[in-house]
Amino acid sequence: MTEEKLFDAMQEAVVSGDKLRARSLAEEALGLGIDPARIMEKGYIPGIQKVGDLWEQGEYFLPELITSAACMKEAMEVLRPALLQGGRAASPEGAVVIGTVEGDIHDIGKNLVASMLQANGFEVHDLGADVKLERFISEAEEKRAEIICLSALLTTTMLNQKRLIGLLADKGLRDRYGVLVGGAPVTRAWAEQIGADGFGANAPDAVRAAKAIAADVKKRREHVERDPR
Amino acid sequence: MNAAIRPRLTLLNDGLVGSIIDEAFSLLENHGIFVENENALKLLGDSGAKIDLKSQKAHLGRSLVENALTTTPSEIRLYDRTGETSFVIGGDNVHFDPGSAAVSILDPETQSERKPVTRDLIRFFRLAETLTHIHFQSTALVSADVPHDMADAYRLYLGLREANKPFITGTFRVESFAPMREMLTAIRGSAAALAEKPLAVFDACPSPPLKWSRLTSQSLIDAARAGIPSELISMGMTGATSPVTIAGTLVQHTAENLCGMAICQAARPGAPVIFGGSPSSFDMRRGTTPMGAIETMMIDAGYAQVGKALGMPVHAYMGLSDAKTLDAQAGLESALGAVLAALAGVNVVSGPGMLDFESCQSLEKLVVDDEICGMAYRLLDGISRRDTPLALDIFKTLGEDMSFLTHEHTRRLYRSEHTMPRLADRETYEAWVASGRKTMADRAREDVERRLSGFAPSPPEDHKAAAIREIMAAYARTCGLDTLPDEA
Repeated sequence: MTEEKLFDAMQEAVVSGDKLRARSLAEEALGLGIDPARIMEKGYIPGIQKVGDLWEQGEYFLPELITSAACMKEAMEVLRPALLQGGRAASPEGAVVIGTVEGDIHDIGKNLVASMLQANGFEVHDLGADVKLERFISEAEEKRAEIICLSALLTTTMLNQKRLIGLLADKGLRDRYGVLVGGAPVTRAWAEQIGADGFGANAPDAVRAAKAIAADVKKRREHVERDPR
Repeated sequence: MNAAIRPRLTLLNDGLVGSIIDEAFSLLENHGIFVENENALKLLGDSGAKIDLKSQKAHLGRSLVENALTTTPSEIRLYDRTGETSFVIGGDNVHFDPGSAAVSILDPETQSERKPVTRDLIRFFRLAETLTHIHFQSTALVSADVPHDMADAYRLYLGLREANKPFITGTFRVESFAPMREMLTAIRGSAAALAEKPLAVFDACPSPPLKWSRLTSQSLIDAARAGIPSELISMGMTGATSPVTIAGTLVQHTAENLCGMAICQAARPGAPVIFGGSPSSFDMRRGTTPMGAIETMMIDAGYAQVGKALGMPVHAYMGLSDAKTLDAQAGLESALGAVLAALAGVNVVSGPGMLDFESCQSLEKLVVDDEICGMAYRLLDGISRRDTPLALDIFKTLGEDMSFLTHEHTRRLYRSEHTMPRLADRETYEAWVASGRKTMADRAREDVERRLSGFAPSPPEDHKAAAIREIMAAYARTCGLDTLPDEA
């Protein structure tokens, strides 16, 4: 298969949700010696972007969205070692820790956002459900994440999103991380009220917000490093 | 007079009911179910289940579950606060109660959702007391002016103070069960009297797919031992946390509920249990759980049929809406649900008043829904043979003016044959314009205020009121609250 045809096939595999093919095409391309960053850029990323477009157009629904995200994950598993070997960032957008806040065992929404973030070039550390607030912070520190993503399905546990922001401030870490909040009862107004950096109304929306926050956090950190006070 | 046939909704043929139950048994036995509670695992193990303590998985053999079913009562009697009036939950009886545990209230002034506080709960309980077709109360609102740790007990406390109707309630944390049981016991006078005449049903929700959490398993055990009925609230979401097909979801629903039932029976044989649920068709666009979807109602009617086939009383979340305000969607989804629930013979129907995916309650909607429930009850009464012959004698005795209006037969029967709406508009267009072009929501608002201003509180006897207050105050202190908001 020519390089062009391979890239088309990758895009097609992601759009149609063919996980096995998404993986085998990545292996085939690596075997042909194609640069892994180029494989991502020309083959897979256009695929997941097309899926995003189909979602926007109302053609695709959650089952397609999540299956395509799973295809991206398959391809990434194959490509990641090669990317790292070449000194390239496997997840160019940045790293996030994500979880459902303590007291809350609901994880569907969180899982959707986690897979979409991963599919869109984020390094995702999924801490699961009912996650202690302290743990979000220690994991974010350890994984050198840019963003802490907090999901809550209950109005009662939603308060923990606010508490986490307070906890970050107490530790003097508020500026170091972007905080992205989401979940059924969470609104933009709530996100603003508690001083979160962003809000995701649904999985694709969370990806958009995360990209903006990650860019902002990177800028903030550079600024701090240039101008230490 | 010959009794009317009971109009009935049947969605599953016998073969399908059998397959659903068989596959549910098979899931419990072969696939197993997570029970994240050591007490429950031990009880199930003692009853013969195969238990893996490490993975917290239980495998329940068919005979274990079938034995448990034989000790499960097919009907439950619930009593009001005075203990004088009882309600049978079973057979094809239908009782409506407000949808429970809303975390917001629709403010009638601003038409926006906001957090409910003590005053809202008191108004809500009082309003529900005045509604004829709402047989039970529920702890429908979660008061935001107390710490969350005590919010479950506090809503029941206010309810027992304000209302005489029986309650559908539940715990948010394991620790709250004791004070809630103590308050119920204080009202009845003794634990034995409470078990004899249950005053409240406790909801317990498994976590789909196939998992009973620490909190809900414990609630089942505690309630069973206290003789308090448990309502099993399975809530698979099609294609997200349960199979996408309705029949597939019914299998999972049945398995989860059967496990809950088995835990109750293991805790105390004969414990009252209701086969309930709050499943939903999952919205593949928004990831939401539309309670007003027709498929949601089909799942409800389907598992109600399965629960009945298993010989258990049944419950469902129906008669509610996903609308955010009292609009056409609110009316259509609530009416459709209430009527289908009634036709399906759902014994406890939780939903009236509720909006926004079970998260918001509205006093105005509750009075509208009461009217809907009244229509559903009338439908259930069916068309009966009141006279023989049906009409011939009337024609024989009709006067020369051929007027039915003045006929004795009309006057004798019109009130029992026909219901009259309080809120639905039946004016002529001119009269409607002349009276200010009011919508149903406008009339509902007026009706709420009229009912509340005319409400005569009937608190429990002084010593009982003092007893529940003391229990509540003591629990509040353990949650860091020294003064209850209702003292202010």
